[in-house]
Amino acid sequence: MNAPDQSPLTSNFSPSQSPLGYPTNLLAPGQTYETVNATIADVPLKPAPGPWWVGFIIASLLLLMFLVAVTWLFIKGVGIWGVNVPVAWGFAIVNFVWWVGIAHAGTFISAILLLLFQPWRTAINRFTEAMTLFAVCCAGLMPLLHLGRPWVFYWLLPYPDTMRLWPQFRSPLVWDVFAVGTYFTISLLFWYLGLVPDLATVRDRAKKLWQKKLYGFFALGWRNSAAHWQRHQIAYLLLAGLATPLVLSVHSVVSFDFAVAIVPGWHSTIFPPYFVAGAIYSGFAMALNIIIPVRKIYHLEHLITGRYLNNMANIMLVTGMIVAYGYFIEAFMAWYSGDIFEIYMMMNRAFGPYGWVFWLLMLCNVLVPQALWSARIRRNALLLFVVALFINVGMWIERFVIVISSLNRDYSPSTWAMFYPTKWDWMTLFGSVGLFLTLLFLFIKFLPMISISETRELVAEPEKATTP
Amino acid sequence: MNKTYGLLAEFSTHEKLIHAAEEAYAAGFRKMDGYAPFAVEGLAEALGKKNRLPLLVLIGGIIGGTGGYFMEWYANAISYPINIGGRPIHSWPAFIPITFELSVLCAGLTAFFGSLALNGLPRPYHPLFHIPEFDRASQDRFFLCIEANDAKFHPKETRAFLAGLGPLSIKEVPE
Repeated sequence: MNAPDQSPLTSNFSPSQSPLGYPTNLLAPGQTYETVNATIADVPLKPAPGPWWVGFIIASLLLLMFLVAVTWLFIKGVGIWGVNVPVAWGFAIVNFVWWVGIAHAGTFISAILLLLFQPWRTAINRFTEAMTLFAVCCAGLMPLLHLGRPWVFYWLLPYPDTMRLWPQFRSPLVWDVFAVGTYFTISLLFWYLGLVPDLATVRDRAKKLWQKKLYGFFALGWRNSAAHWQRHQIAYLLLAGLATPLVLSVHSVVSFDFAVAIVPGWHSTIFPPYFVAGAIYSGFAMALNIIIPVRKIYHLEHLITGRYLNNMANIMLVTGMIVAYGYFIEAFMAWYSGDIFEIYMMMNRAFGPYGWVFWLLMLCNVLVPQALWSARIRRNALLLFVVALFINVGMWIERFVIVISSLNRDYSPSTWAMFYPTKWDWMTLFGSVGLFLTLLFLFIKFLPMISISETRELVAEPEKATTP
Repeated sequence: MNKTYGLLAEFSTHEKLIHAAEEAYAAGFRKMDGYAPFAVEGLAEALGKKNRLPLLVLIGGIIGGTGGYFMEWYANAISYPINIGGRPIHSWPAFIPITFELSVLCAGLTAFFGSLALNGLPRPYHPLFHIPEFDRASQDRFFLCIEANDAKFHPKETRAFLAGLGPLSIKEVPE
């Protein structure tokens, strides 16, 4: 499988290790077209394994809890949550930003790494695209639930209404509607376009008639024609090129929701880049938290090799450092501005009533991820899983700190008040995790979870699979 | 079922398929297509296939962007002007995010539906699906089909030509 290694710099190392000691092979040795086809395409065609059922049932129960929480919300209104003046943006907005952030790693892996010719995206891009799609579903629901009158959400859209009104296009909240809506649409098209050839593979391997019909319907009659492949590849590349600025714009627009307001702790120019880095950080953490167990359960170690985990850990380390820099510069700018409200906001954030949450954030997002400097931890799937879990929790806490601790004490002490989440807040948060996981489990069961055609390309051209 | 759609030659590797495509193109065949389980680099070019999709996507993006900006300007400056904090009614910097999002949205929709339309998909039925071995085009085999409506097509001579390219098998595809 290995390309002959002529470089004098690396010739002293074994071909499956780079000079820095991490594995270079994307595919385990001995892979053929048939092993790849069988490993991936037969998962949707065979009954689900036991661990899948366990996970699916737990996820569905959480989803049920979400439905209960949302139903009660629709009956009683947002008063069942802990939100009140001055903290009118509670868990719904925290969850929204958290979920949108998680979505971003999928686009980063599938689009940006495609444009950068990084072959190590191959085995994980389908998975993370699905993750993007489902995370955007969860994210998009949150502001709608927070509307108070969610049934008139369509007032946010420009349509010829009988009241002869228009949305206020100068408001970042309306930008959000367009950003998240476009993001969902483009992610869906990108994901489906990549799926079409793989659905054709599943169709052609299916033995039962209903499976042939079902997958054949969604494969759209794909017949692997060279002319079709050419247009398919161009469309895929163009969608990647469009998704790349899109992913940066979406989280920038989300950060404008905060940065355009004059609340101390929100009104800051560092927000767009710092939000985007945080988004990719949390997205990679979520991707690892999903991929590591799935890889184990479905025995995909020969396709999703240690090389993938190592590279994902590296990206988390880099984006984690950018996020840590963001925390530092926020504190520095508060002091440097000389503005008493900014300075007070920072002191309140670190030593006020929510101070313990801030230090928990520092632990989860700054301290624990430093473990990723160690190659031994990057290569250990279990430890990597634990670090990624810390980062996921940490990124949720980050949004909590930004939203709640900035709002709870603003300019006028007479309006200061604490925010305490109610059980409905928690049920909505964990219930949305249930929605996400249920969709993900259905995806794992019914669709090829790794791009089969791209993996076949790695089999055909092994030199692509061994770049250092 | 008497008419022929074309002759289908089966190959074991993508290199052999590209070679066969180049030979067939040099021999003057134009109405033909290759079939491979992944996007083989250079195959479409070897078959002389052209691609107009990028231009369509550019046009889609431009329509989305200008249309989006026009909508915002018309809505907030003409149809329903509101003074917010004394800012100009036509405050163009605030219109840029949605202009951008709508450019991307329309370009993306064009890329997706344009590629399907140019490919003639969805198309549930195709003569090639008559050949049972063709199922492997999506798995591990590489095919070249020279179609009967090509000007140079001749049932016997074309078959002999394909046999000279070293295929695993040659099948006649009924219409």
